[in-house]
Amino acid sequence: MRIAVQTAPFDLGDEAARFASAQSHSGAVVTFTGVVRDVSGGLQAMEIEHYPGMTERALTDIAQQAMDRWSLEDALVIHRHGTLTVGEQIMMVATAARHRKDAFEAAEFLMDYLKSRAPFWKREVTGDGEAWVAARDEDEDALKRW
Amino acid sequence: MDVLYFAWVRERIGIPKERVDSSAATVMDLVNELRAREDRYAAAFEDVSALRVAIDQELADFDAPLDGVREVAFFPPMTGG
Repeated sequence: MRIAVQTAPFDLGDEAARFASAQSHSGAVVTFTGVVRDVSGGLQAMEIEHYPGMTERALTDIAQQAMDRWSLEDALVIHRHGTLTVGEQIMMVATAARHRKDAFEAAEFLMDYLKSRAPFWKREVTGDGEAWVAARDEDEDALKRW
Repeated sequence: MDVLYFAWVRERIGIPKERVDSSAATVMDLVNELRAREDRYAAAFEDVSALRVAIDQELADFDAPLDGVREVAFFPPMTGG
């Protein structure tokens, strides 16, 4: 299991390939990547603040829950903070399991919990100014299925 | 204890972190002490249903006790992923 919180970009292909090749008992590897999108046009930057210390603890706790619940062979979470621009990768998760159903479900679980339980806050910078991204009720509701 | 603020809570209060000497029994007691200090605190803590709290870097409730706590953080709902 690896948790990385960093400002630097990551290479999705390298990370996915390294993760997949490190597994010996898993027939399924799922990866998910979140990318900065320009919802309404005019996004100049996405600033991501986090809570150093708690972030690593929360991500480790969430990943460990996924490892235990789906008997994963391995899990990876990379989450960036700092200033990002449209098209940049914000974060990725990867899961390795014997079968794909567990790998997919565990990846969805990780994503649902990362959204609402990992201490990151996004702020959008546009020509009109800056605005904090509000948490969505759907994201909180998504936790109920687990 | 150390009290930390993030995102718009940090912006409203104007500082990211401060040392607070308090005998507050619970998080909510601490919130009420802070509210009474100055308008900027009152503004940040106007609606605690819009806030989340972590005690010693773990999510907690506003009625949680503060006995022996080293670090309390206030912030809006998280938007990771």
